[in-house]
Amino acid sequence: MKFYIPPQITRLALAFAIFITLFLVLRHFLVPKTFGEYGHYRGASLIDNAQPEIHYAGQQACFKCHQDIEDKKAQDVHSEIHCETCHGPGEKHVVLSKTEKILKPAGREFCGSCHVINAGKQKSMINQIDLNKHNIGKNCIECHNPHQPWEMKK
Amino acid sequence: MDPHFQHLYDILAHAQGYIFPNEIDLQWGILIVVYPFITGLVAGAFILASLERVFKVKILKPTYQIALLTALSFLLVATMPLISHLSQPQRAYEIMITPHSSSAMAIFGFVYLWYLAVVLLLEIWFDYRHSMVVWSNEKKGVMKWIYKILTLGVNDISPRTIHWDRKLGYIITIVGIPSAFILHGYVGFIFGSLKANPWWSSPLIPIIFLFSAMVSGIALVMLVYMIVSYLRKKAIDLNVLDAIGKYLFFILILDFTLESLDQIHRIYEAEESFEIIKLLVSGKLYLTLFVAQGLIGTIIPLITLVFLQFYKHKIKLQKTMYFIVSVLVLIGVYSMRWNVVIGGQLFSKSFSGFTSFKVGLIGLDGTLMAVFWLVLPIGILAFLLWLLPPWKMVKEED
Amino acid sequence: MSQSTSTMGNEKINTSRRKFLKTAVTLAGATIGYTWLKSSQILLFAAKPKDENLPWYGLVIDIQKCIGCGNCAKACKNENDVPIEPFFFRTWVEQYTVKNDGSVNIVSPNGGINGFEQTVPTEDIFKSFFVPKMCNHCSKSPCTQVCPVGATFESPEGVVLIDEKYCIGCRYCVQACPYGCRFIHPVKKVANKCTLCYHRLKKGLEPACMETCPTGARMYGNLRDKNSDLVKFLKEHTTLVLRPHLNTGSKLYYNGLSSEVR
Ligand code: SF4
Ligand code: SF4
Repeated sequence: MKFYIPPQITRLALAFAIFITLFLVLRHFLVPKTFGEYGHYRGASLIDNAQPEIHYAGQQACFKCHQDIEDKKAQDVHSEIHCETCHGPGEKHVVLSKTEKILKPAGREFCGSCHVINAGKQKSMINQIDLNKHNIGKNCIECHNPHQPWEMKK
Repeated sequence: MDPHFQHLYDILAHAQGYIFPNEIDLQWGILIVVYPFITGLVAGAFILASLERVFKVKILKPTYQIALLTALSFLLVATMPLISHLSQPQRAYEIMITPHSSSAMAIFGFVYLWYLAVVLLLEIWFDYRHSMVVWSNEKKGVMKWIYKILTLGVNDISPRTIHWDRKLGYIITIVGIPSAFILHGYVGFIFGSLKANPWWSSPLIPIIFLFSAMVSGIALVMLVYMIVSYLRKKAIDLNVLDAIGKYLFFILILDFTLESLDQIHRIYEAEESFEIIKLLVSGKLYLTLFVAQGLIGTIIPLITLVFLQFYKHKIKLQKTMYFIVSVLVLIGVYSMRWNVVIGGQLFSKSFSGFTSFKVGLIGLDGTLMAVFWLVLPIGILAFLLWLLPPWKMVKEED
Repeated sequence: MSQSTSTMGNEKINTSRRKFLKTAVTLAGATIGYTWLKSSQILLFAAKPKDENLPWYGLVIDIQKCIGCGNCAKACKNENDVPIEPFFFRTWVEQYTVKNDGSVNIVSPNGGINGFEQTVPTEDIFKSFFVPKMCNHCSKSPCTQVCPVGATFESPEGVVLIDEKYCIGCRYCVQACPYGCRFIHPVKKVANKCTLCYHRLKKGLEPACMETCPTGARMYGNLRDKNSDLVKFLKEHTTLVLRPHLNTGSKLYYNGLSSEVR
């Protein structure tokens, strides 16, 4: 006697087979080429992530032209501070030095963004100033040279 | 200031205490409340149907097909709120083609497909095949062909094949029960597996989701049964309501116990996050947790159900009460989803503050969209009941 | 409909059906086989063993050195095109002030970009300090674990990155990060977070926050290289990661971390 397979089973098996095949074929075309190259992600994404343009040039780029400032800075407490900390992103200026000017911040508020007194700052890390008491009405750079703060102007 | 960010500035002004600056935006809105609610209805309705089938609860027979079709119509839209809340919905297919095996959300796609294609569709197909063959012979024109296609061309209605329909349907039901458990337990796992969020992260969450799913599904079937009977001008069988009501009562108790257990555990262990959760529960979640979920959704229905076991006088009043109970229970379960999903995002992961949440009306993740996804399955159900009317099925003697 | 015709019809269908079934099965088999051969991966793409020649980045933040100037947070927004708004930060600075009564006041106005103003009167302060926050580049990161499509992942250098062309914006990763480091970019509509300035590292530059930190409170380096400054620092100091009990495998080590920090 032949083994009996109900017609529903064969028909459903067919339907499922078609469905799964379709899925696998579709999947074959849809999965990005580099997917799985290094792990469960698109390998090409590593390249994408390295693509964006930089805005901060890094201080070595600055020193290529501004050797004098490098020397000046090296002699005083601001030696460790990179140029773009105060001057802002400089990549544009590096590329187009004539037209793209760099930020030249000045004013008590600006210097205060680091030097204002706050209980959260370690005394050994930074000289703190009470902006409401220290030489009111004067701009910091009237006395201090920002590149060499202790070389007082007066 | 970009007007685009206006709402975020408003929230910033309303934040209490300290929140991480990126927590300003609630990531999952009302659509993600609707999503587990709908999946829960599916699982619950299916489990009720299975009860009838596996345990041969004769009295529930009139609700069997209704429950199955309800489950199907809600299941068909179950993933829609999830997809419509994505900010790149056109990429949703990626979940199916490159599912990340360690992601609960990715595997959900397959659990869902399994449940849809292998369990629900098959069970309904086996159940209706005989009738569909008969209908396709009776009807003319388009309908004839629609039924023909639905039978997948298997139009053998010899007793042997019909016997196999029933046998296979039974097997599917057996497979279906754990599948329904997994389907909704899995939705709970999507939340319960996030260790970053102490309000979600709990091994009990999947089980709680499951039981509240059953509660809501049973209530929904009760409601649909009453409405369908009313629309067909047929008398509502009070015995059916009593039987469903009994199940509802026991599962509601279980659900209530489990949820209390989860909270008691939280309170007793009083971990790092306890203070903030205490504030959350007694503040922002007070109304939806204690009033909507606890009182309206659990306590009142429980008392009413007990009362209905003894009160057997005015039939009309009993029916009305069952109607109200099922609506209340649905409100309660919806609030539970809200408390989990929204509640879990209201407090900061720094455990030091709260953000605030305002539901928008329009937009892809607004209230209207959520309402749409809740109403759509009702339309589908109406269509399915018209296409596959349970009351016109070919009678089979047992 | 007579019995004989129906049987014959069935038999006919059966043979043609069998043929079709055969073709279908072969087709399916071939596709599976091909996919298998292509990368021996059907649905799962296993991670490749780590390349020992590449650096394996770790980070140090020295809390004692941080003066709360917010230069890092500002530079980060500039460098990575994050909207200049008081929310959405890849890195931000918090100030913790522990009062004499034991309560803790945490603030981070505009992520610290405009600096901090101490609102607690000096006589009430028990101690106060700044904590810069950024992605911890976790090695067992909860965020990459939950991404359903593999749109966020750990690069071979141990940097947790996002694939902006593949992210579906489900926000699951945002929920999963215990440190609040992720957000959905309001313009790009995909997940966004610190990349450790991967694009700069690849060009041999420091991350923007480290370039602009005036006190050198932030440091990055190769954890594989036992002679790197970073490894030396870790050897000489007692450091701690945030939320160690969550076992995220964080590679951002804090020096001088106080127990109030979350
Ligand atoms: S800190 Fe957050 S975003 Fe960064 S790797 Fe860890 S979990 Fe992911
Ligand atoms: S938002 Fe994007 S990166 Fe994050 S989990 Fe979803 S798909 Fe992955």
